[in-house]
Amino acid sequence: MAKIEQKNTLLMTFAIEQRNFKEAGEASSKLKNRLIQLGFPGTLIRRVAIATYEAEMNLVIHSKGGTIEAEIKPGVVKILVVDVGPGIIDLNKAMKTGFSTAPEHVREMGFGAGMGLPNMRSCASEFAITSELGTGTTIKMVIS
Amino acid sequence: MNSYFHSVTLDKELCRGCTNCIKRCPTEAIRVREGKAKIIDERCIDCGECIRICPHHAKLALTDTLESIKKYKYPIALPAPSLYAQFNSQVPINHILAGLLELGFYRVWEVAYGAEFVSRAINQFLQKNNFVKPAISAACPAVLRLIQVKFPELINQVIPLKSPMEVTATLVREKMAKEGYSSEEVGVFFISPCAAKVTAVKNPLGMSKSAVDGVIGISGIYGLLRDKVEKIQEAPELQKATEAGVSWAVSGGESNLLTGIRRLAVDGIANVSKVLEEVVMGKLKEVDFIEGLACTGGCVGGPLTVENPFMAKERIHNLVNSQPKELPELPDILNWQDLTWEKKITPLGVLRLDEDMAMALQKMELLETLQKDLPGLDCGSCGAPTCRALAEDIVRGQADEVDCVFKLREKVTDLAEKMVQISSKMPPSIGKKE
Repeated sequence: MAKIEQKNTLLMTFAIEQRNFKEAGEASSKLKNRLIQLGFPGTLIRRVAIATYEAEMNLVIHSKGGTIEAEIKPGVVKILVVDVGPGIIDLNKAMKTGFSTAPEHVREMGFGAGMGLPNMRSCASEFAITSELGTGTTIKMVIS
Repeated sequence: MNSYFHSVTLDKELCRGCTNCIKRCPTEAIRVREGKAKIIDERCIDCGECIRICPHHAKLALTDTLESIKKYKYPIALPAPSLYAQFNSQVPINHILAGLLELGFYRVWEVAYGAEFVSRAINQFLQKNNFVKPAISAACPAVLRLIQVKFPELINQVIPLKSPMEVTATLVREKMAKEGYSSEEVGVFFISPCAAKVTAVKNPLGMSKSAVDGVIGISGIYGLLRDKVEKIQEAPELQKATEAGVSWAVSGGESNLLTGIRRLAVDGIANVSKVLEEVVMGKLKEVDFIEGLACTGGCVGGPLTVENPFMAKERIHNLVNSQPKELPELPDILNWQDLTWEKKITPLGVLRLDEDMAMALQKMELLETLQKDLPGLDCGSCGAPTCRALAEDIVRGQADEVDCVFKLREKVTDLAEKMVQISSKMPPSIGKKE
């Protein structure tokens, strides 16, 4: 058996394509299953799963694509969501429950209820979001 | 050694060591070792998928036999409603129940009867509205185990109510005690379509001791029972359950009895797994209640039944249409507390790579590297269901990289090349300069 390196951090990166509803949720699901194998408590796994899934859906619905990076340490999961645009026009509005810019065809699929960002914030122990029009949005979450 | 008893087991003689079962298992609980399938007991949820898929009939469920009812002076049969679907629709339920008495049971009580109280209790639970949505039914013991093994984060969403089998058994015990029978002389036997129920009686979830003494598979007594039922001309009125309880035998039966809520009925363990996955991610918030049954079609598709689940489902629908529809009042000898779990169920943590999370992280890192290096064909030749499962076994110290036939071939090729190289080398004392 190969020697195990002395490192207590696991990095996982997922590329998320825009408008790919077929695969949406796979990244969150993979991450969730890793956390179970690592022995994280159920309540924390649930929060990570919901927060990551919302982030994943946001990338699929609103962004031009991006990545989700999870940094897993004993007891803590840090999630970094970065997209390549278009950026959020009014961040304050976007953080309000029920506010949504999702187009009609997406809402018809049951997404875009304006719960995404507020949901992520309520699942995270620490939550930070920055966005620049034309450049993109970055979300940092710490869940512990 | 592990001491966890569960029902699904292997007949070594019949097992050919093929990979059908390992690929089908929802919790990756089977490996092929030394030419035989090996069930990892603590991972097994007794869903019966391997029993159904095995072409050599090498997988079976340990159940009690009809012989075992003789241990009790007053054996009582508790038939699952799915039993009725094993008979042609022309056979009245009363005849089937009378047939059970002919087999040697002292009395018969339908589990469908207890199911009606459970339906009431679920309705009450949902009306209180102080639960995390969607609430998940606790009716299917294989799904409960699946949640314990694979979805620890959903345990708190399971409705903490006992199964219709337990409720019926409790009711029967109370009744018999009231009539003056001594409890040691009364043996309660569930007539089961389901392997997981055997485990649920021996290792109950949500309570310390089951009120059921034994579980007899429908398929184990079907031939005998059929002979008896065929001979019955007239039977007494033994039936107590209404269509409501009988409908529990099929997927959607339990959830259709719930009113004023949004409900989802899912059948087939792979489907249940997928839907629960979505629940974890918060995708199904609009649903109030999920009924998940491990078997296709519901309990009528259980591994211990004899009729195909589709025909059986049709027969249940036929029966349900011809019966009155109403949920009965709880009899005086039971109170709602009798229907509720006595203790919480806990996650099993059997998928953990290591007790120590830091160590688990290191193993996970190695696992990911190993997996990338494997061919990704999920061929099963190594005895594990997928390349990832092999990588997992390697980090757990239970397998080796060269268990992979492709890895082994690579190594042999490397070695052969090295041998050719070495064979061309001559000792300097003999070799000539070119």
